[in-house]
Amino acid sequence: MNRINQKLKENKKLLSIYFTAGYPNLDDTVTIIKDLEKSGVDMIEIGLPFSDPLADGPTIQVSSAQALKNGMTTEALFKQLKDIRKSVKIPLIIMGYFNPILQFGVEAFCKTCADIGIDGLIIPDLPVDVYNDNYKAIFEKHGLINVFLITPQTSVERIHFIDSISKGFIYMVSSASVTGSSSGFGDEQTKYFKRIADMNLNNPQIIGFGISDNETFTTATKHAKGAIIGSAFIKHLTNESDKSISNFVKSIR
Amino acid sequence: MTYNINEKGYYGTFGGAYIPEMLYPNVEELRQNYLKVMAEPDFQKEFNALLKDYVGRPSPLYFAKRLSETYHTKIYLKREDLNHTGAHKINNTIGQILMAKRLGKHRIIAETGAGQHGVATATVCALMGLECIVYMGEIDIARQAPNVARMKMLGATVVPAKSGSRTLKDATNEAIRDWINNPVNTHYIIGSVVGPHPYPDMVARFQAVVSEEIQWQLKEQENTTKPDYVVACVGGGSNAAGAYYHFLEDTDVKLIAVEAAGHGVESGESAATSVLGKEGIIHGSKTLLMQTQDGQITEPYSISAGLDYPGVGPMHAHLYKSDRAEFIAITDDDAMKAGLKLCKLEGIIPAIESSHALAIFEQKTFKPSDIVVVSLSGRGDKDLDTYIKYFDLS
Repeated sequence: MNRINQKLKENKKLLSIYFTAGYPNLDDTVTIIKDLEKSGVDMIEIGLPFSDPLADGPTIQVSSAQALKNGMTTEALFKQLKDIRKSVKIPLIIMGYFNPILQFGVEAFCKTCADIGIDGLIIPDLPVDVYNDNYKAIFEKHGLINVFLITPQTSVERIHFIDSISKGFIYMVSSASVTGSSSGFGDEQTKYFKRIADMNLNNPQIIGFGISDNETFTTATKHAKGAIIGSAFIKHLTNESDKSISNFVKSIR
Repeated sequence: MTYNINEKGYYGTFGGAYIPEMLYPNVEELRQNYLKVMAEPDFQKEFNALLKDYVGRPSPLYFAKRLSETYHTKIYLKREDLNHTGAHKINNTIGQILMAKRLGKHRIIAETGAGQHGVATATVCALMGLECIVYMGEIDIARQAPNVARMKMLGATVVPAKSGSRTLKDATNEAIRDWINNPVNTHYIIGSVVGPHPYPDMVARFQAVVSEEIQWQLKEQENTTKPDYVVACVGGGSNAAGAYYHFLEDTDVKLIAVEAAGHGVESGESAATSVLGKEGIIHGSKTLLMQTQDGQITEPYSISAGLDYPGVGPMHAHLYKSDRAEFIAITDDDAMKAGLKLCKLEGIIPAIESSHALAIFEQKTFKPSDIVVVSLSGRGDKDLDTYIKYFDLS
C-alpha cells in the first residue's frame, strides 16, 4: 500500500510541510527532509522549483528563483533523493509545475519517482481532465498518487469528479488566493471547510494555503484530515534567527 | 488538416488550458460563454459600431506604390497603425470589454510589455467606466514612461511586476495571480493569442476583422479576395492571427510569419520562438516556447518590446509545425533599416514590430504580379526614442 494511504489511516490530524528543494542552499534538501521527519511531521512536499510559478505568492517565488540560481534541476533533485528511503519513512510528495516534468518526460519522471520511493505528485497546472485523458495510466503503472486541488469556487459537480479520480487525498485550497497570503481564517472559510466535510467524499481532505501557525492549523484540521504549511516554513528558514526545524514544528502543534 | 481550433481547444497538438484549479471556474465560464456571447446580434452591433466610430475602422488597405516599385511586386499595407491608440491591439480590447460586461465583471486586469496593450485596455475601461489594473514589468515601466503616463491619464492603476525578469512574462504571471486572488468579479483581458483556451481563439476572432476587411478591400482594388501572401510580425501573434484568420484554410494564400531574431537567431539574444523554442507549457497553453533543457522559461531579446515574448500563440505553433506558414526571423538591424525605408518611401513611421514584417522584402523575392499584404500593426510614435538612439537622430 502506498505510504500516503497508510498515513491517512492513522487516527490523527496530519501535518504536511512544503519546502523548495535546493533552498536556502542547493544541498539542504536531504537535511531538511530528515529534520522534518525527526520533528514529527507526517508528510513532506518537496517543491521542484520553476521559473514561473503561477499559483505561488512572493515567498515561494523567491525561494524557487534562489533554488534555480543555486543550480537546482530535476536531475539534480533526483540525484539528491537517490538514497532517501534508506532513512526516511514518511510519505514524500513532489510538487512542481508541469513544464519541467514534460521536458524530463512524464514516463521517465514517474519511473524515477517510483524508483526513489516518492509516493505522490502535486502538479497544480496539470488539470484533472488532461491527467485523466493522457497521463493517468502512467502514474498508476508506477504506483504514484496524483493529488488534485479544489477551491471555494469549485462546483459540487466538479468536486465529485475530482473525488472520483483521486486515490489519496484532496488538496483543499483554503481561500481564493495564491500561496502565502495568510491573514487567518474567517467565517467564510470555516463554512467552506464544513461544507466540504459534510459532503462525505471518498478521499480525505488536507487543507493548504494560508496555514501558518497553531491557530490556523487547528482551525483547518477541525474539519479536515490535515493541513499543509509552505510559505510560513520557508519564511522560517529564511528569516528567523532560530532556524531550528523542530522548534517550528513544535510551534504548530 | 485544419488550421482552426478544434472542439477541445487545440490547434493540432498545441493549445489547451493548463491552468491551476483556482483559475478553472473563470476560464470555464469564459469557455462556455464566449462563442454564444459573440454571436448575439446585440453584441455584434455594439462591437461593430465601436470599431467603426471609436476605433476608426475599416483601416485602409493602402497600395504602397513606391515600396512596390522598389521591390518589384505589389505591396499593400493594412493600416492598423491608424487605429485609435495606434495599433491593432484595440480590436481585441473592445471585444473583451464587451464580453466582460456581459459576464457581469466590473474589474479589469491586463498585462502589458511595451505598454500598447495596457493603453488599449485602459482606453476601453475609461470608455466603459470600469476599474482597470495593468501589470507591467518593473524594467518595462522604466523604459516605457510615456505609455505608463498614458495609462495613468486614462485612469488605470499600473502595478509593477517585480518578480522574475520583471518584463512581459512576469507581468503576465502577476496578472494571472491577481485573477486567482479575485476569482469572481474580475475579467482578465489578455493582449495576444496566448494563454489558456479559449483566449487564443477568442482574441483571434476579435482580430479577425483585419482579414475580413482585407478580403473586400482587395476585391475593390484588385478584383480578387485573395492575396498571394499575407505577411505579419509575430510576438504572441495577435496581429498575425487577425491578418491570417479568414485565409487560414485557403492554402492558395501563403502566410508569412516574421519573428524577431534580435542580434541573430544563434546569438543567444533572440526572440525567434519557432526556431529556438521547444514544445512546453507557458501561461496555460501548450505551445512552442524558449526554455532551458530543464524546462525553465528563458528571457527572449528583441529591440522591439512587442516581440520579446518567450512563447508564441498555439495557432502559430501549429502553423509552423504543419508548414502552413513560412517563418522568417529578422534581426534588429534589418528591422530598423526597413522601418526607416518605409518612412522615406511612403511617409509612414511604423512601429518597430511592424518594421520586422517589412524587412522580408530584402530577404525574399516576390513576383511582379504577386499581391503581398503586409500587416502594418502599429505606428512608430512609441518607438521614437529607440529610432532616435539607433540612427543617432538627435
